[in-house]
Amino acid sequence: MLVNQFLFLGAILFCIGVYGVLVRRNLVLVLMSIELILNSVNINLVAFGAMWHANDTANLSGQVFALFVIAVAAAEVGVGLALVLMIFRNRQSIDADDVDLLKG
Amino acid sequence: MPQLLDKVWIVPAVMAASFLLILFFGKRAGTKATAAIGIAAVSICLVFSVVVAGQWINRVNHPPTGEALAEDIRQASGLTPQTPEVVEGEIDAATHDSGETVEGDHAADDHASDGEHAAAEGEHGDEHGGAHASVPPVVRTATWFEIGPIDFEIGTLVDGLTAMMLITVCIISLLVHIYSTEYLHGDVRFTHYYAFLSLFTASMLFYVMSSNTLQMLVGWELVGLCSFGLIGHWWEEKKNTDAALKAFLTNRVGDMGLIIGVTITFFAAGATSFNVLHINEYALSGAANSTLLLVGALCLFGGVTSKSGQFPLHTWLPDAMAGPTPVSALIHAATMVVAGVYLIARLYAVFFEGLGIGSSSFHYVAFIGGFTTVMGGALAFVQTDLKKVLAYSTISQLGYMVMALGVGAWTAGVFHLFTHAFFKACLFLGAGSVSHACHHTFDMREMGGLRKYMKSTHITFLIATLALAGIVPLAGFWSKDEILAGAQQGQENAYTAMLVMGLVTALMTAAYMGRAYWMTFWGEYRGHGTPHESPKVITVPLWILAICAVFLGFLNLPAWFNAPSWATTRFEHFVEPTFAFPAVEHPEFTPWLAVLSTVLAVAGLAIAYLYYERNKGPHGLTHRNAAARAGYTFLENKYYLDTLYTDIIAADTKGPLARAAYWINQNVLDGIVDGAATVFKKLSGVVYRGVDQLVVDGVVNGTGLASEESGQLLRRMQTGKVQQYAAILFAGVVVLAGVLVFVV
Amino acid sequence: MLALLVAQNIAFYVIAALIVFGALRVVTCKNLVHAALWLVMVLAGVAAQYILLAAEFVAVTQVLVYLGAIVVLFLFGIMLTRAKTGTDLDLDHSAAKKVGAGAIGVLLLAVMGYALWDEYRGEEIGDLAVQRTAQVSDSIFSTYLLPFEVISVLLLAALIGAIVLARRD
Repeated sequence: MLVNQFLFLGAILFCIGVYGVLVRRNLVLVLMSIELILNSVNINLVAFGAMWHANDTANLSGQVFALFVIAVAAAEVGVGLALVLMIFRNRQSIDADDVDLLKG
Repeated sequence: MPQLLDKVWIVPAVMAASFLLILFFGKRAGTKATAAIGIAAVSICLVFSVVVAGQWINRVNHPPTGEALAEDIRQASGLTPQTPEVVEGEIDAATHDSGETVEGDHAADDHASDGEHAAAEGEHGDEHGGAHASVPPVVRTATWFEIGPIDFEIGTLVDGLTAMMLITVCIISLLVHIYSTEYLHGDVRFTHYYAFLSLFTASMLFYVMSSNTLQMLVGWELVGLCSFGLIGHWWEEKKNTDAALKAFLTNRVGDMGLIIGVTITFFAAGATSFNVLHINEYALSGAANSTLLLVGALCLFGGVTSKSGQFPLHTWLPDAMAGPTPVSALIHAATMVVAGVYLIARLYAVFFEGLGIGSSSFHYVAFIGGFTTVMGGALAFVQTDLKKVLAYSTISQLGYMVMALGVGAWTAGVFHLFTHAFFKACLFLGAGSVSHACHHTFDMREMGGLRKYMKSTHITFLIATLALAGIVPLAGFWSKDEILAGAQQGQENAYTAMLVMGLVTALMTAAYMGRAYWMTFWGEYRGHGTPHESPKVITVPLWILAICAVFLGFLNLPAWFNAPSWATTRFEHFVEPTFAFPAVEHPEFTPWLAVLSTVLAVAGLAIAYLYYERNKGPHGLTHRNAAARAGYTFLENKYYLDTLYTDIIAADTKGPLARAAYWINQNVLDGIVDGAATVFKKLSGVVYRGVDQLVVDGVVNGTGLASEESGQLLRRMQTGKVQQYAAILFAGVVVLAGVLVFVV
Repeated sequence: MLALLVAQNIAFYVIAALIVFGALRVVTCKNLVHAALWLVMVLAGVAAQYILLAAEFVAVTQVLVYLGAIVVLFLFGIMLTRAKTGTDLDLDHSAAKKVGAGAIGVLLLAVMGYALWDEYRGEEIGDLAVQRTAQVSDSIFSTYLLPFEVISVLLLAALIGAIVLARRD
């Protein structure tokens, strides 16, 4: 297998995630798109890890890194959804266009 | 005693310090302290002057030789002269003669008969450097400033003439200082007066020890300034200020000639130096352009004409009597007016060579001198003011001095300067004493019979009158007779015309002085109240001066009298320069001339006695005879010279010039100014509207507007929508990534 | 060996297709819950890719954490925010914005794609031996001990933060 396959997969996933972040109005959907991005990064990491593993068997950096990313993602989703709930409680709406108090 | 000859600048410095002290502290210190400062300073200067004279006499008796002599000569004439053969000649003459003794040469002066003045002339012909060793004056200079190759120096020159002038100025100034304590007692500007006296003395001393002509100019102007200030001392009365202005302005007219003369002599002497001795040497060496020398001498004489009261610029002197009497004594009799005579004496080589004194029998300077004597004497007859008589007498005597210098009798002229200072000062101070007693009037018609009341003043005045008239053996006789002998013998040719003028004036001098004396001291007192003798402070100076008038004449006892050599012609021996000095013929004492002048003097006194005391003679002639009346009126109006100067020359210059200047001012100058103002006003309006409001304000306002507008525009970017921000962020990422990937 | 490789490749491409399709559906679906479900498919696909890359522990962790917890969290979130459970037409921005975002995405893909093609062309992943979990834990607890501890603290912070934020006070 070529590394490029995984990397391209990761790139495509990333771009779809970016598209989703920019387009979706519902904040929960935005968080989901962020999950897509994180997963694309994970694929990249593991692919690179596998690539380097061929040279150095003891090196598991890619996988360990991916694990950490998963942990971070989990934390982020937790806090993110807590925030979304707060917004909903205060504004009764989680439309991204309604959260524009910083409008200049 | 250190050599004061080197440091003689201390003398005017002391007087200048006195001036400053009195100027700044006099008023606060009070009149007694001011007078004390002045008197103390002049006394110190007198002591120094005596020391200087002593040292000079010592130098003449033991002149420097060899190397020291050569060094002195080099220092004396300043820059390395253009004509080195002149200096070599001087060094040769000096070193050659320094071996000869003084006594041996004076022995050759013995003459048995008085008709041998031809032989005498031959004897005296080689006297330049022959009778005494050539003693260069002590010259010390410092460079004041430089312009190109020319060094402008400031320095001192000490020789016999300087020493003589120093002593004269200091003695007369001291006596005047003492006299003024009483005469100006209670005066409104006592300290001011003493300040000016100190300044005058400092300036005069500075003047007589100048080593170059520019410095002489400075001193000359300064003494003129002091004269102005002192004549106008009581400026509350207009006639005093008028007199002061007249003095100053008339002197200014002459000063033009002086300045031009100084410049011409500078160029005549090779355009290298203003040093007096350098100029003299250059004139003597024959390397100078003779036309330049002549013109220079005449221009310098212009300055002399005004300062020393020669015809036609003498008109200020009688008016200057408006000042206090001690001032008249000091300045307008003894010291300042002789500044011109001193100038001729100092730069004598220029005059001698320029005017050809040695070879002519009639030239401008001698003629003017002679004419002034006659003219001044004639005017003294028609004066009723005692001081004016003395003023015209001064003019007449100054004419004598100039005439003496004009005919080549250098020592005679300078010696007359010396003696005249003493007896004229005595006369003036005596007049002041008389007025002090007669309630401050000088009108002789209100005096009379004062000999009964004022013994000291009377005797001293009489002595001084006799001295002035030239009665043997008083001082005036010796000096005046030597002048007459100089005119009679001349240099190569006799100056007969001058002799005649001199003799006529001798008669006139005795006559008008007799008139003044008799009107004042004999007869009955015509004033009011009782006059009394003046206090000691006034009479003691009078006595001192009178005694000087008696004995000073013997300083220049002619050799004819077979006295021991240490007693004859002492004045000539020590005062006449031997360095850079032309070869002048010294006049021989001619007994018949001496007798004639004495007879004339006695005759003059007798005429005055008969006319005024005994009332003999044609009294009232002017009422009877039209010609006499016309002559009298002519004299009374001072030959209409004042009318010419003031009403004709000055007024005609003033009127049209003033009107023209006014027209220019109103039309041209004001027109320009107003026109410029109008133009600028219009211009500024244009600038205001066009530039200030349009451009500058436009820029400022525009900047504000631009900020506001751009702010309004940019504000829209901030929507508060996170996704928009994210979009921009990711767009930026794309750009950066592109840059990183494709460019880097 | 070759057969293995071929099998791996085929597996990869199939799973990749599923992933991409699922992701596209996540970002375009009009139904909120359906989007969550499509996310499940994406996540599962990614786990499968991990197995292909011989990163079994990561795959399992992925399933546990992502599919097990995070998706559930999402569903809770949807539920608690009273989202419309049917088709919701308001889920996207305007078409103009879609075009702009799409352009950004495409450009980004182009740039990344070029970089990848330029750099890693022909780079092969060599033979992959399956790592034992023990090896992974060895790595975590020795080389990456500090990040591990930091992550723990982070999770603690996130936990406390979420509770504090979402408290009904």
